[in-house]
Amino acid sequence: MSDPDGFRAEARAWLEANCPPEMREPMRDESDACWGGRNAVFKNDAQKRWMETMGERGWTVPDWPKEYGGGGLSPAETKALREEMAALGCRNPLSSFGISMLGPALLKYGTEEQKQHYLPQIARGEIRWCQGYSEPGAGSDLAGLQAKAEAVSDPEGGDHWLVNGQKVWTSYADKADWIFCLVRTDLADKHRGISFVLFDMASEGVSTRPILLISGNSPFCETFFDDVKVPKDQVVGEVNRGWDVAKYLLGHEREMISGFGLGGGAPLGEKAAETVGRDAAGRLDDPLLRAEIARFEVDSLAFRAMSERFVDQLKAGQAHPAQPSMMKYYGTELNKRRHELAMAAGGSDALEWESEASRGGAKARAWLRTKANSIEGGTSEIQLNIVAKRILELPDQ
Amino acid sequence: MPLYLNDDQAMLADSARSFMAAEAPPAHLRALRDEGSPDGFSRALWKQFAEMGFTGVLIPEDEGGLGLGHVEAGIILEEIGRNLSPSPFLTTAVAAVEALKLAGGATRQRWFPGVLSGDAVLGLAIDEGPKHRPHRIALKAERSGNGFRLTGEKQFVIQGGSADMLIVAARTAGSPGEEEGLTLFAVDQDAADLSLESARLVDSAMAAHVRFDGVEVDADAVIGEVDQGRAPLAQLFNAGRVGASAELIGVGGGAMDMTVAYLKERKQFGRAIGSFQALQHRAAHLYSELEIARAAVLKAQQLLDAGDTGAELMVSVAKAKAGQAATLAVQEGVQMHGGVGMTDEFDIGLFMKRDRALGEFFGDAAFHANRVAEMQGY
Repeated sequence: MSDPDGFRAEARAWLEANCPPEMREPMRDESDACWGGRNAVFKNDAQKRWMETMGERGWTVPDWPKEYGGGGLSPAETKALREEMAALGCRNPLSSFGISMLGPALLKYGTEEQKQHYLPQIARGEIRWCQGYSEPGAGSDLAGLQAKAEAVSDPEGGDHWLVNGQKVWTSYADKADWIFCLVRTDLADKHRGISFVLFDMASEGVSTRPILLISGNSPFCETFFDDVKVPKDQVVGEVNRGWDVAKYLLGHEREMISGFGLGGGAPLGEKAAETVGRDAAGRLDDPLLRAEIARFEVDSLAFRAMSERFVDQLKAGQAHPAQPSMMKYYGTELNKRRHELAMAAGGSDALEWESEASRGGAKARAWLRTKANSIEGGTSEIQLNIVAKRILELPDQ
Repeated sequence: MPLYLNDDQAMLADSARSFMAAEAPPAHLRALRDEGSPDGFSRALWKQFAEMGFTGVLIPEDEGGLGLGHVEAGIILEEIGRNLSPSPFLTTAVAAVEALKLAGGATRQRWFPGVLSGDAVLGLAIDEGPKHRPHRIALKAERSGNGFRLTGEKQFVIQGGSADMLIVAARTAGSPGEEEGLTLFAVDQDAADLSLESARLVDSAMAAHVRFDGVEVDADAVIGEVDQGRAPLAQLFNAGRVGASAELIGVGGGAMDMTVAYLKERKQFGRAIGSFQALQHRAAHLYSELEIARAAVLKAQQLLDAGDTGAELMVSVAKAKAGQAATLAVQEGVQMHGGVGMTDEFDIGLFMKRDRALGEFFGDAAFHANRVAEMQGY
């Protein structure tokens, strides 16, 4: 379709007809997200229907090619669709590391067979993926990872990899169906000794243990591999060149995480007025907090424009390859600021941890969760290193 | 519309960049300053702007201009900022022209040709105190015979002493503090009973204090409708504010580029100081702030060009963000240059001075953050 305005009208009509009313109410918190998967837990029928309807149309991944389950939309149409969804308040039909991380890497580095096999499952929300990157000894120095895969020739069971080691901070490993995982396949070369493998979390030898975080929730796990057999063809890209795939995927991960900076709903100041109150002129009845919130909103609205610009530039091939690092840095620092201000505005109400009024301490738990934003996917300090080196081309330390 | 420059706009950026770098680099500003230029800018350069077509960027095509929008005006302003090129472009060709679009045909025909040819300079007589507080405008315009009599004072009238005409915001009804009751007038700068005293500012531009001691003007000096000055004033402010934001992006970007280059060149402890992480992180943070400010400015320009109702909010976001980011750029610039950053010989200090003046023009970052809060309803 070449006429974006025609497409826009059509998309709007279709969304109005097909998006269930429940899926047009704002999400209250992370637990309202839909993740799909083999063991999907849906909050209600509407959530399931919305994921499936959008999946069938390819609009969970509107800009992926149709032959891989996508919508085959142009950048302008994709933008129009997202704008229409936002205007109607449609929820994201499917939260998925398959969509935001693995998919783009497969589109670039996968074989035709891999694309045909994995991408449509991702688009329809049939398989939930997790990411095996960090290890206890490999955080910011990710390429120092030690989990290893050894090639085994087995005349009876077929050639395969034998994976051993440990991952940590694996988001939702206990709920995921498959993992995309970095493993060492050559001990002699730090960066050119890493491979990118895919395997089923139900494989023998895989175990997970959730980690209790300061928020009282456990979105992350420790993940252990004990002689896990992985078929030979489940490597993405060349053996020992997985670092290229890993870095490419990290760019997409950072892009996704930068989206946390967008926030949503009413301006912070308006929400703050509910707890802080207003003065006679209708201003927030706390001039210093109001000033901080106003400065925050300036940055927040400016960042929103930057996000739009970044996506536009990306689609046009105009974005610097290291720009996701800038976006990730700024978006996560902004999100932490948002939640600090929301806590300050909330006062003692926001401190409630276990009560019905606070919906189980939702505000305080969300605030604490954001502290991970500037650590996960590469710390703010690592992002600044990347910007300094690759964009500003400052000399090596 | 994608949030980046299209091919035509990129071409304009190329030509504006090479023009400013060749004809009006920081050395040009230095020369004007050192010779004590009474205008604070070069009239010959203003003519060259006209030859390039720049002065008519916002003037409609059927009135002899290019009929382009705020994105294009901003492209020129960014290069002006990057080179610290002094000119009446922002006041005359951007803010005043936008206000005059709501004036009658006779007024437009009187002033647009001079702007197009680079002969006319138009001043903006808005502020009455040291801070930008347009709702407090008190200068009175009373009905007198066939026209009006203006009494009061204005300040921070940039290049007012060089101007042929001043756009004057005056109160025709209500009292200071009220948004309604204002009227815009086009007043000849050499009108009787108008006196003017110019001062050189920190950035070497000239700004005038203007006294109106019962200045008589005809009814056709009114821009738009009597008591309805809010509309042309909003048009003037939107254009001026988003334009100043674009120029600030240029000032900040120029300061950053100069500083990053210095970090690569200056050696201490046997290595380039740009290899030190303490400076790398600050430089990378600065880059991020400027990129985000740039996006906000472009978004505001596009919304204005599209006539979008959300434009005014984004204009204030742009002015606040560009002001804050450019100020960070010049402050980091001087600090990272070390001792030489304090010397007059190095250009970085000129960027700091220009940022300070531009940041104040049309309302500083605090004014616009407050405005964002008001528009968002808290």
